[in-house]
Amino acid sequence: MKPAPFNYHAPSTTEEAVGLLAELGSQGRILAGGQSLFQLMNFRVVKPENLIDINPVSELDYIRVDDGTLAIGARTRQSALERSTEAARHSPLIVEAVKNVAHPSVRNRGTVGGSVAYADPASELPAVVLTSGGEVVLTGADGQRTLSAGDFFRGPYTNACSPDELLTEVRLPRWPDGTGHAFLEFQRKHGSYALVGTAVLVHLDGESIDRVAISLCGVDQTPVRASRAEDLVRGNVPSDGLFEEAAAEATSDLHPLPDVKGSAAYRLKLARVYVRRALELAVSRAKGERP
Amino acid sequence: MSEHRRIAVVVNGTPYEAEVETRKYLAEFLREDLSLVGTHIGCEHGVCGTCTVLMNGVSVRSCLVLAVQANGAEVMTVEGLATDGQMHPLQEAFREKQGLQCGYCTPGMLVRAYELLEENPEPTAEWVREGLANNLCRCTGYQYIVEAVLAAAERLRGSSVAEGQPFEPATSSRTNQEA
Ligand SMILES: Cc1cc2nc3c(=O)[nH]c(=O)nc-3n(C[C@H](O)[C@H](O)[C@H](O)COP(=O)(O)OP(=O)(O)OC[C@H]3O[C@@H](n4cnc5c(N)ncnc54)[C@H](O)[C@@H]3O)c2cc1C
Repeated sequence: MKPAPFNYHAPSTTEEAVGLLAELGSQGRILAGGQSLFQLMNFRVVKPENLIDINPVSELDYIRVDDGTLAIGARTRQSALERSTEAARHSPLIVEAVKNVAHPSVRNRGTVGGSVAYADPASELPAVVLTSGGEVVLTGADGQRTLSAGDFFRGPYTNACSPDELLTEVRLPRWPDGTGHAFLEFQRKHGSYALVGTAVLVHLDGESIDRVAISLCGVDQTPVRASRAEDLVRGNVPSDGLFEEAAAEATSDLHPLPDVKGSAAYRLKLARVYVRRALELAVSRAKGERP
Repeated sequence: MSEHRRIAVVVNGTPYEAEVETRKYLAEFLREDLSLVGTHIGCEHGVCGTCTVLMNGVSVRSCLVLAVQANGAEVMTVEGLATDGQMHPLQEAFREKQGLQCGYCTPGMLVRAYELLEENPEPTAEWVREGLANNLCRCTGYQYIVEAVLAAAERLRGSSVAEGQPFEPATSSRTNQEA
């Protein structure tokens, strides 16, 4: 047995889970899919005294459309998102992205809320939530608050949840009909974390781009939104030159962390290529040229 | 501080009850408490997949699921493949096609292959290859494993295994080639 000993709590409702968080404070740790937390516990990077297992909280397992917003319960398995026709209709971007998260057996346990809460800068789903203009709902003993993705991701593996809050829902607004999407990433090996990933949404008004969002993962302390590149693209007619310029702009102010898988310079080079390709793909989908 | 819980689990059709320490993983419970040592433990952090079992019908890394979380669940391990001392067609095919190699990844490969064929009884080589990327083989001998799964699929569909069937190498459809 690798982890340090802990007390195990298995609440069956959100209210009970939040009650336990309030009671245990910083001694309590949420256990969702365990696909990241157990890794940390096995290496004893973390030694939580109490695990609050939200797997039995079935009320947090849902994918539904409320008022034009795709609402995903935190306990929804990544594999359920991958297979959801509702999600695919509303946000093909998140469905394309989730297929890049780890392997099928990991996605059978890993949850949507866990992936977002973990706030790994290389992770796919946080970048998608950021690109889509999504929000997260945090529930504490005193009620709920909703934060934009930009306010939620605070640093590597750091989010804006206070110790007594549970992330209960991820919300993605609907983009207009005809929006083109693309999630592309470079991984060294099938199922590995991305060295660089990019999530793009594009909408055309006639010939020119009227709405665009570009985010990247794996290239800085948090997932990042490339706002200046978006400004450069918006209002223009798509062209190879425009994509190239936008890709250069999107990667002009990033600070990738070098590691054994690649230097900072290598990641920046990859990022530039992947933003350009993702813009091309999203635009061709917006034009109906590609599925 | 070492907390214990009583759990009830059905493994390969047999019900078990046991008292487990909360920090014990399902893989350890299967091997140490139930003596079902077919499930191998490799990396112990979800990367390799040799500990793959089915829990309530879907594959999981049993090194990343606590035994207490399996309370009330139905689990299938590699030992659950054979019936009445008769090996499963997948096991037969692994033997015939040299799919075992060193044997370390085999239990996870077999369970994952079983799940793949349940999902799609008429797989292509490429689909099998992609599906098996879930599990690592450090002999790096995926070729024989893929051939074994295809042969088993054919046998399970009721026809006999065609000998000398051409094997098309998989071409990756992913976008992860270098820039
Ligand atoms: C081999 C392998 C490869 C992987 N590859 C990738 C990859 O390519 N991309 C990727 O994105 N991920 C990858 N992962 C991680 C995987 O996606 C995890 O599922 C995910 O990071 C965490 O989700 P989880 O539900 O397992 O959460 P857990 O591991 O249970 O929790 C992770 C953290 O989030 C907290 N938490 C969980 N849920 C909540 C909540 N609702 N509210 C507040 N806090 C919460 C926990 O306390 C913990 O600190 C990989 C994992 C493995 C084992």
